Amino acid sequence: MRPLTEEETRVMFEKIAKYIGENLQLLVDRPDGTYCFRLHNDRVYYVSEKILKLAANISGDKLMSLGTCFGKFTKTHKFRLHITALDYLAPYAKGFGVAAKSTQDCRKVDPMAIVVFHQADIGEYVRHEETLT
Amino acid sequence: MEGQSVEELLAKAERDEAEKLQRITVHKELELEFDLGNLLASDRNPPTVLRHAGPTQEAELRTLARDNTQLLINQLWQLPTERVEETVVARLPEPTTRLPREKPVPRPRPLTRWQQFARLKGIRPKKKTNLVWDEVSGQWRRRWGYQRARDDTKEWLIEVPGNADPMEDQFAKRIQAKKERVAKNELNRLRNLARAHKMQLPSAAGMHPTGHQSKEELGRAMQVAKVSTASVGRFQERLPKEKAPRGSGKKRKFQPLFGDFAAEKKSQLEMLRVMNSKKPRLDVTRATNKQMREEDQEEAAKKRKMSQKGKRKGGRQGPGGKRKGGPPSQGGKRKGGLGSKVNSGPPGLGGKRKGGQHQGGKRRK
Repeated sequence: MRPLTEEETRVMFEKIAKYIGENLQLLVDRPDGTYCFRLHNDRVYYVSEKILKLAANISGDKLMSLGTCFGKFTKTHKFRLHITALDYLAPYAKGFGVAAKSTQDCRKVDPMAIVVFHQADIGEYVRHEETLT
Repeated sequence: MEGQSVEELLAKAERDEAEKLQRITVHKELELEFDLGNLLASDRNPPTVLRHAGPTQEAELRTLARDNTQLLINQLWQLPTERVEETVVARLPEPTTRLPREKPVPRPRPLTRWQQFARLKGIRPKKKTNLVWDEVSGQWRRRWGYQRARDDTKEWLIEVPGNADPMEDQFAKRIQAKKERVAKNELNRLRNLARAHKMQLPSAAGMHPTGHQSKEELGRAMQVAKVSTASVGRFQERLPKEKAPRGSGKKRKFQPLFGDFAAEKKSQLEMLRVMNSKKPRLDVTRATNKQMREEDQEEAAKKRKMSQKGKRKGGRQGPGGKRKGGPPSQGGKRKGGLGSKVNSGPPGLGGKRKGGQHQGGKRRK
C-alpha cells in the first residue's frame, strides 16, 4: 500500500474529471474528514484517514481491500474507473450520457436524431421506477 | 504626624520583609529529597491537592509547583560558587539518581570458530609478555605489529633452501605468504562477524573458472564481472545482440504511507487547479528550446541565401536538397509543446517558394 505518485494522480484525476469536472476538489478536500487515495495491488482506494490508520496494521499480502475502490491501473498504467466509485461520483456528476455525435455534427443533424447515449446498468429501471413511467 | 508616617513606613517595611520571607521559606511536613546533580527535587508529601474529586485545581497545582521550585532553588543557592569568565557559577555535585538504560542489553554473541575450538579442547589463553627481546636490533620490541621483534619479511639475507628453484625470489615469496596470512585472517574475521549478525558473506562461489560451470553460473559470473569495474559497469560495452539486464535501475522511492495529509491535499488541489485552468501551461524549457532552434534555422537559411546568391547558375541542387530537410524538421518541431509561437512561421526565411513549403509542412500536420 502506498500513496499515488504525481503521474498516477494526474492520470486518475483526468479520468475522474471527465465525469465530475471541477467538483473533484470536493472529493479531495472534504469538510467532514480527511480522505485520501492509496494504491494497493494496482487498485486505487478512496479511504478516510481513520480507516487508513487501522488498515496499516494489516500486512500487505493479507490486505484485500480498504475504503472504496475507485478503480485500477492497468499494466500499461492507464486508469480504469470501476462501478464501485459510482456512489462518490453520482452526487457531483456533470452530464448523464456519452455524446453520440461530435459537436459539429450535433448542430447540423435533424431534430429526431440521437445525440446522447445514456448508459445505465440494469438496476436503473428499479431505481428510477417512478420517473421512467 | 511625621512620627506616625515614619512608624507607618517602618511597619510597612517590616510587613514587606515578612512577605518576602514567607515567599522564600516554604513549610513542608516532610523534607524534599534533592539530587542537585540532576537538578531534581522529589516531594514525598501526600498530595492533598490531588485528592479533590472533579477537575484538577489549576491554582493549587501551581502553588505546589512554585513551592517545590523555591525549595530547590534555595538548595542551589547553598552550593559552592565559583567565577567562570565573568559569571558566577554554582558547581553541581555528582548526580545520585541512577538513570535507566537507553538501549536494551546487548544479546550474547555466538562464539567464534577459534573460541568454540578452544572451549572444546580446553585450551586456556596463555599469558604472554607484551615486549620481546630482539637480538638483531638489540632492543625490546613488541611481539606482533609495527616494528615487531621477529619480522621475517624484513630480513636482508635469506638462504635459498636446497629443494627450491634457484630462480625463485625468496623475499617476494615471504612477502606473498604474509599477505596471504593477513587476507585469511581478515576473511575469518568477516565470517565470524557474519555469523554473529546472522548475515551472509558475499561469496565468490562460482566466480573461479573451473571449466565445469553451468550456463547460469557462467551468466552470474559474467554479470558480477561486468559490475566490478571502477564505474560500476556503466561504460561496459555489450555484445551486438546482447540484451540489457533487467531491473538494474535505481529502486523507486515512494512517499510514506501516512505522510502529511495537509501537504498531500494541497498538492492535489494545486494539480487540479492547473488542470482546470483553461489556458495551456507554458513549458519554459520547451519554449526556449523551440526559440533557439528557430534562431538556428534562421541562421542556416541566411547562409543558404548567401551561397545561393553566390552560385546562382549551378546552385539548383543545393537549395533543392536543403528544401527537403526543411519541412520535416518544422513538422516535427510543431508537434512538441505549445509555447508562444503557434501560428507564426519562422520569419525571414525568404522566398515565396520556401514560404509555401513551410505552409505545406504545417498543413500536413
